Amino acid sequence: MTKTGEVIIGAGQSLIHESAAKHVTGEATYIDDQPTYHGQLFACVGGSTIAHGEITTLNLEAVRSALGVVDVITAQSVPGKLDIGPVFPGDPLFSEGLVEYWGQPIFAVAAISHELAKKAVQLAKIDYKPLEPVLDLNEAINQEFYVRPPHRMQRGNAEQAIDNSVHRIQSTLLVGGQEHFYLEGQASTVVPQEDGGMLVYTSTQNPTETQKLVSDVLNLPMSKVDVVTRRMGGGFGGKETQAAPWSCVAAIFANRTRKVVACRLSRRDDMVMTGKRHNFINQYDVGFDDDGMISGIHYTLAGQCGYSPDLSDAIVDRAMFHCDNAYYLPHATVDGLRCKTHTVSNTAFRGFGGPQGVIAAEAVIDEIAFKLKKDPLEVRKRNLYNTIDRNITHYHQKIDSFSISAIVDQLEKESDYWSRRKGIQEFNAQSPILKKGLALTPVKFGISFTVSHLNQAGALIHLYTDGSIQVNHGGTEMGQGLMTKVAQIVASQFQVSTDSIIVTATRTDKVPNTSPTAASSGTDLNGMAALNAARVLKQRLIDFLSEKYNTPAEHIRFRNGNVKVADQTLSFAQVTNEAWLARVSLSSTGFYKTPKIHYDRETASGNPFYYFANGASVSEVVVDTLTGEYKLLRTDIIHDVGNSINPALDIGQIEGGFIQGLGWLTCEELKWNDEGRLLTDGPATYKIPAISDTPEIFNVSLLQNSPNSEATVFRSKAVGEPPLMLAISAWCGIRDAIASIDGRTTFPQLNAPATPEEILKTIHCDR
Amino acid sequence: MIQFLLNNELVELETVNADTTVLGYLRDAKHQCGTKEGCASGDCGACTVVVAEPNGETLEYKNINSCITFLGALHGKQLITVEHLAEPGQLHSVQKAMVDHHGSQCGFCTPGFVLSLFALQKSFGGNSDNVHHHAPRSANIHESSDKRANIDEYLGGNLCRCTGYRPIIDAGLQSLENHQTDQFDKCREQTLHTLNTINHAHQNAAKENANIIGENSGKDRNSRFHVPTNLEQLHELMAHYPTARLLGGGTDLSLEVTQQLKSLERIILLTRVSELTQVVEHDDHFAIGAAVSLSKTREVLAPHYPDINELLLRFGSRQIRNQGTIGGNVANASPIGDFPPVLIAIDAQLELERKASTQIKSRVIDVEDYFLDYKKTDLREGEIIRSIIIPKPSPPSKTQSNLKVYKISKRIDDDISAVCAAISIEVADNTIATARVALGGMAAIPKRATLCEKALCGAPLNKETITKAQTALKDDFQPIGDARASAKYRIRVAQNLLSKLQIELTNTSIPTRVTYHD
Repeated sequence: MTKTGEVIIGAGQSLIHESAAKHVTGEATYIDDQPTYHGQLFACVGGSTIAHGEITTLNLEAVRSALGVVDVITAQSVPGKLDIGPVFPGDPLFSEGLVEYWGQPIFAVAAISHELAKKAVQLAKIDYKPLEPVLDLNEAINQEFYVRPPHRMQRGNAEQAIDNSVHRIQSTLLVGGQEHFYLEGQASTVVPQEDGGMLVYTSTQNPTETQKLVSDVLNLPMSKVDVVTRRMGGGFGGKETQAAPWSCVAAIFANRTRKVVACRLSRRDDMVMTGKRHNFINQYDVGFDDDGMISGIHYTLAGQCGYSPDLSDAIVDRAMFHCDNAYYLPHATVDGLRCKTHTVSNTAFRGFGGPQGVIAAEAVIDEIAFKLKKDPLEVRKRNLYNTIDRNITHYHQKIDSFSISAIVDQLEKESDYWSRRKGIQEFNAQSPILKKGLALTPVKFGISFTVSHLNQAGALIHLYTDGSIQVNHGGTEMGQGLMTKVAQIVASQFQVSTDSIIVTATRTDKVPNTSPTAASSGTDLNGMAALNAARVLKQRLIDFLSEKYNTPAEHIRFRNGNVKVADQTLSFAQVTNEAWLARVSLSSTGFYKTPKIHYDRETASGNPFYYFANGASVSEVVVDTLTGEYKLLRTDIIHDVGNSINPALDIGQIEGGFIQGLGWLTCEELKWNDEGRLLTDGPATYKIPAISDTPEIFNVSLLQNSPNSEATVFRSKAVGEPPLMLAISAWCGIRDAIASIDGRTTFPQLNAPATPEEILKTIHCDR
Repeated sequence: MIQFLLNNELVELETVNADTTVLGYLRDAKHQCGTKEGCASGDCGACTVVVAEPNGETLEYKNINSCITFLGALHGKQLITVEHLAEPGQLHSVQKAMVDHHGSQCGFCTPGFVLSLFALQKSFGGNSDNVHHHAPRSANIHESSDKRANIDEYLGGNLCRCTGYRPIIDAGLQSLENHQTDQFDKCREQTLHTLNTINHAHQNAAKENANIIGENSGKDRNSRFHVPTNLEQLHELMAHYPTARLLGGGTDLSLEVTQQLKSLERIILLTRVSELTQVVEHDDHFAIGAAVSLSKTREVLAPHYPDINELLLRFGSRQIRNQGTIGGNVANASPIGDFPPVLIAIDAQLELERKASTQIKSRVIDVEDYFLDYKKTDLREGEIIRSIIIPKPSPPSKTQSNLKVYKISKRIDDDISAVCAAISIEVADNTIATARVALGGMAAIPKRATLCEKALCGAPLNKETITKAQTALKDDFQPIGDARASAKYRIRVAQNLLSKLQIELTNTSIPTRVTYHD
């Protein structure tokens, strides 16, 4: 409310998700829910049954003649480019002969039903000449087997600083990967158009890249391919690059048959054929003083990329950017390795390598605190950045704004950290089997695509003569509420209800050349582009009204769905209608590019991030020392989203990100057999958190009165990825509980994920 | 003919493929796509629907996974899907609760959650006539942690990857508090009447037809999905169609269709055979019909065995327990099974029967003797499990009798055990009088740890005895490693559980479990 009692519409309100009512009634439509077309075909992809080798015979006769099969394609059937690698080459749509992971696509079938297509795929007869596979990350490190060359970031002289330190720790941390497990699997339906064009309906975070790759494989100009994404049933990074192949497969069939073709992966195919979060082996060599203050550190962060580069260069870079987390490293050398294995190509996953770096930093702090017999919180606080003299990162970006100290102080108090610490010690002294643990960990996460050119966005707004507004932009909706936030942003400009605004499906023919909705940037980029478009239109309306009513612009105010022109009140519909009659254009594009960012990869220095998102969490866990079972009892979070555009949606991102991170660090374990076949290929064996995993006490709040110091849209901050790393407090809490077993004399070398088995191994010091 | 209500519409299908799933029917035949496929294996809950079935004067509402339910199993029931919860212009109270609490993000899992919330509300949500009906723990419903436990119980089989569940839990609390009379309550009499009519007609037609072959109406000879209502009909069908598959809850059988892409030509449904769905209480034991659901089994046994209650709350998901049968769990002969180790530990028995020429031949065997080798059982051709005979715990006397059950898995909800241990033990004067130790996940079959038992029986209950028993356990089993756990972990945990047992038997004030539903 303003002083005069007028309601300010738009940003800051906890409006419900624009699709909420459609979600709960089943009305919201996903790709596979669309009505089928007459004569529609259904595609299914056949994959390799070895991890590495040459195909010697590819006999698809039985597949071709199977019931219901209409067409079969292989690498030879691709009319245009076979390689669909998003940044670097290396991802053939189908194997041309060399097979580099178990499940790699070799052929595809189009049949009259999904079931018949799946059944036909099973009839392929493929012989291979097996080659020795590299399946293990350690082996790849030892062989220096990489998909991209190593990269180093450096500030000061770490080796010397470590040598001169009072204390030194050298240690290794294994960090597991993670399956996205979006509830809606990869899905695409392609409708052939006249002039050879293709209309692609798909569940992707990256419509433009799908457009480009479909045009590449079909040898079409991009202008003849339109990609439409209304919503995804979850993305989490798994639909950034790896949604495109299935559109390409469907498009090739559509091109050959001139029929509508749907390609939807079964859950097992999805889990086997698409990449996951990179698992890492993180080594650190750290020097520190008696107070636990880090003097120098050398990290080697090795990510398992799988068989091809995909986005791994940027992902390992982001791990490197984040191995400081919230801590100042006076002297640091960070090496990042992009290791190749004969496994599926790992890809973007919420945090994009950042989490694997942040957890390394927290492991370092834990181990320093343990060695010095200090509470880890004390060591954490001591090592935090400030904005005065401990304010340069290892990639030479200056920290100008740092809310973590305030967040940690507040959280320490509000969560009763110290009294609970005491209570836990008392509990543990009385409890021989169950042990409790407590940990407070911060998160600092850099916001911007580290590939600078991706930091741009476009929007398109139409005002209609009845005052209704249609908005379109380059971002995609995957549940995060982007469309809702953008509607709020546009509403705030015109001060109309969001009910009169519709944000329509993302389409490459409405807003072209878009960036993926990734890097937490959806609102920052697209919200700002939409705001810019709205500003253009608003100015046109003001100019028009000012002239028509002979009123200075400053006397024209948009309020409560009306426009006040001096003493007159016009409805917004009246204004748009009058503007139309006066031949004012009521449609505008908007564009935005993030300012200030630059990064020189040659020297590994610059400002890759526009700003940082911050937060912290405290988690209390209980561990069964006989079985390794555990339960998260309580979590408190304070997270900094700047000025929240929609607090309810932001809290949804924080809670959801936390639990997803909890899964990554606890129950979600990927396992392959010795032949490189994924064993955890369905939800029966791959366990994401379920409802009982949500702690009974879960206090989440937004940091108040903390507008973004940078001029982002409404001074808000990105929120998609950062909260995932808040879950590291639960993992550190488990370590804390294990350490208490012998009165903190043996350091718990716990890796991630902390499954019951991993916990019991740690308790028994089995390494 | 298969007859059921799809929401309020009577569906009559003259011919139906035996292996068409409810999900396939809804999405492909009816183009009602609100119900989603997330995994097609009953593990994610995106396809959750509710079935209502008559129970006397009331309707019981059960959430189930439509992806692993065969259409024929709906015969005589009402299928409720997400499209039909709302009334014109007004969301159902569970839908509204989800909207109010921002319970959906991407929305793909949401219809499944909504249906599980609906089942939760119908079971526990005050005001409704059927409340307390199958709600053993509803007495303490006003306690908020009990409500949370009920929410976890009903929603544990619904995965959400976006929200972290907190807003859904809050929606659950609101659904329990704000139950208003809905269209299903208003139509209850009519729904009951329709369903009872279908079921009575089915039973009568079967009675009149001396020959069940050709299904209930006599004219429907092409049916490949058979719904016998008594044992006599069942035996007759089995004799006539020896290759037909017997269907209990179908939570495992259906995976042959949805995961292995096989076709099932002919199915005989067991869950309408009256003798197989009865629970008979005797002085010292229960005879639980083989086709009794695991949900129902828990209700029967919970008052007698707290650890069985605990185990069955964590057995699969609510959806699975509503469908899966106790007989199916035994017959399926999974190496893990979860319930068989318990049955072995408490010395339960199986009543088996078959029809040889015109004679019914029955026999009773120990559950322990049923499992021969990996997926091999003592079940003979044409034989069925009729009931499971479960002894009641011996009355407390000077001997302290205990059943301890431990389920160890990666996740609390809806996970298959790495190890499941059930230990029935009697201690008198600090000496172990008897001990039956059975484990799942440790061998090709659920199996007793005979050497371990030997080390325990007759020995004093102390650390030394436990150490001996732990050593013996290592000789009892040579487990394998798989996606769930390594062999080493399985052995170590099994051994450690004996230490836990000792503590639980000697000092009840020490907390020993990270989760337990009181």
